[in-house]
Amino acid sequence: MSGKTLFDKVWERHLIDSNLDQPLLFIDLHLIHEVTSPQAFSLLKEQGRNVRRPDLTFATADHNVPTKNRDDIKDILAKKQVEFLVNSCHEHGITVYDLDHPDNGIVHIIGPELGLTTPGKTIVCGDSHTSTHGAFGSLAFGIGSSEITHVLATQTLPQNKPKTMNIHLIGSKPKGVSAKDIILKIIGEIGTNGGTGHIVEFTGQTIKEMSMDERMTICNMILEAGARSGMIAPDEVTFNYLKDKRFVPKGEDWDRAVDEWKQLHKDEDATYDQVVKIDISNLEPQVTWGTNPGQVISISENIPSPTSFNNDITRSTAKQALNYMNLNALTPIKDVSIDKAFIGSCTNSRLEDLELAAEIVKGHKVNENVTALVVPGSYHIKRKAEEKGLDQIFINAGFEWRDPGCSMCPGMNSDMAKPGERIASTSNRNFEGRQGKGARTHLVSPEMAAAAAIKGHFTDIREWHYNEWGEADATIS
Amino acid sequence: MQPFRNHLGKVVPIDKTDIDTDIIIPTEFLKRIERTGYDKHLMYYWRYDDQGRIKKDFPLNQPQYQGTTILLTGDNFGCGSSRENAVWALYDYGFRVILAPSFADIFKNNCTKNGLLPIELPQQDIQQLFHFTTLDILKLTIDLENQVITNHEDLNFSFDIDPHTKYKFINGLDDIDITLTAESSINRFEQERPFYMDPYN
Ligand code: SF4
Repeated sequence: MSGKTLFDKVWERHLIDSNLDQPLLFIDLHLIHEVTSPQAFSLLKEQGRNVRRPDLTFATADHNVPTKNRDDIKDILAKKQVEFLVNSCHEHGITVYDLDHPDNGIVHIIGPELGLTTPGKTIVCGDSHTSTHGAFGSLAFGIGSSEITHVLATQTLPQNKPKTMNIHLIGSKPKGVSAKDIILKIIGEIGTNGGTGHIVEFTGQTIKEMSMDERMTICNMILEAGARSGMIAPDEVTFNYLKDKRFVPKGEDWDRAVDEWKQLHKDEDATYDQVVKIDISNLEPQVTWGTNPGQVISISENIPSPTSFNNDITRSTAKQALNYMNLNALTPIKDVSIDKAFIGSCTNSRLEDLELAAEIVKGHKVNENVTALVVPGSYHIKRKAEEKGLDQIFINAGFEWRDPGCSMCPGMNSDMAKPGERIASTSNRNFEGRQGKGARTHLVSPEMAAAAAIKGHFTDIREWHYNEWGEADATIS
Repeated sequence: MQPFRNHLGKVVPIDKTDIDTDIIIPTEFLKRIERTGYDKHLMYYWRYDDQGRIKKDFPLNQPQYQGTTILLTGDNFGCGSSRENAVWALYDYGFRVILAPSFADIFKNNCTKNGLLPIELPQQDIQQLFHFTTLDILKLTIDLENQVITNHEDLNFSFDIDPHTKYKFINGLDDIDITLTAESSINRFEQERPFYMDPYN
């Protein structure tokens, strides 16, 4: 018999022994937010059921909240959702990080930073990017409202066992290339349904060398390749990140927990249903040109011609995408001008993202045709960034510096793009209308978004680094 | 949930791949706390133009497809976000069955929790069905018990379905009720969980 994958180990430790014909998993952490939970609470009430484990349930308001003038939610329905969430949490004894709470932030940002996300847990949330938490070696996936009700009522979830895929990353990350570029490349390679039905375990040198912030970016977006979730085995980087976080064990308990967590890696002889190897040592910064995250090219490339695709379906999808994006085939992506730049979302709004973007921005001004926005993922990140003076760098350059929230990522709160506007966005989805009706999204890394904001068009930040760095510094002194 | 054994309905073809949940129910219509009333906004930007006028060429707006209950569509249907509102919108609109070569995982899962039956058919069967819809109005019977789809004339496909989903649909059962039959196992599991799995206070 072959050995176990990381996924197998976490899966097996959560199977509730029973005669049910579908595997039933115990859920260690249930994160909820204002958009997908109200219907679940309504249903719970209709059925006369209670919340089984309020102590394992944590709530925040993030999707639909304003990132400025927060006490005054103009949108009546959004206001209703937030109130409903807060009231439901109070009623059931669930901890809720309301809008003005110092721990408030995007649900996938606050889980890790509070130490709620720890290795080996099963974690669910009514948002598909729950995969982010897999970066800690937990099994984390998005669920729908009926499932939220199910978890609230039973703290369990019936699940069919997914298949496993190993994505092995070879090489070290080149200069100017970020975790975002790597995950965009992966999606481009395996396609937007390349991972369907699978849990993806990431391994390899590239992953080992990554910080937790970077690993979270990778796991966050593996969803966009159709995968159920992503996982990375915990190591010293993970333990150093988690140590002393609020909800992790302390003292001797910490040591005992770490000993257990060290078992959470694949066995030597583990096998996967699929294995993909990708060499990233020559990777360039990436930019999406179409309306799904797999339609992506390197910054030095031209927008592809639909005729270059190998079947009718991809050809017509590409044509439709170019049409929606109002782009011409064969245009260099560097010649594409933008109207907005958005640095934020659970993909790229952590402290390291903001630091990297600030390095680019330092001493420059946002292009006069561009409006640019930085939205930290949580109040904790916001405060830390302000301690480091990042807010001043952004504000001096002409960026807006906001309160935390999903902001422009889902196109559902007041931070929405106008029809036809083109956005360099660090979020995770470039679907039609995702950031507002008719809005055209290009997914990029925080550095690439920052550079595009300044130049007014997409730009190779590797050249930035070499050619304009001195100038930028000179402006400051 | 209503028990689902046999279903006879009219098929509407939407011949596109990768129809994502943002298309099925655009984000701006999610700001509700209720679980119903999403039918008006189903595929809103494909059904209506900028001025809110009906787009006549879109299948859902065509007179011959009114009262349809079976959606015939392309690969990877329901990709995108985990929003269950996409399923509620389809269900509220009247759909009971979706036929496609493949579905996005979360979407498919959400369907089975809300009485909307997702059926995966081989690409060639789907193509044949699309072809039939160009000839005439297509009415199909979905016989879940025998796992057969037929128009009672020249079409007859068998389909695969996972036995658990089939059982739930045929008996009209709710997932929570099924789970709670194992409550003593859950209690036992809870007591044996390691200490570091709980938030530490
Ligand atoms: S930032 Fe975007 S993807 Fe992340 S939780 Fe918010 S809406 Fe979901």
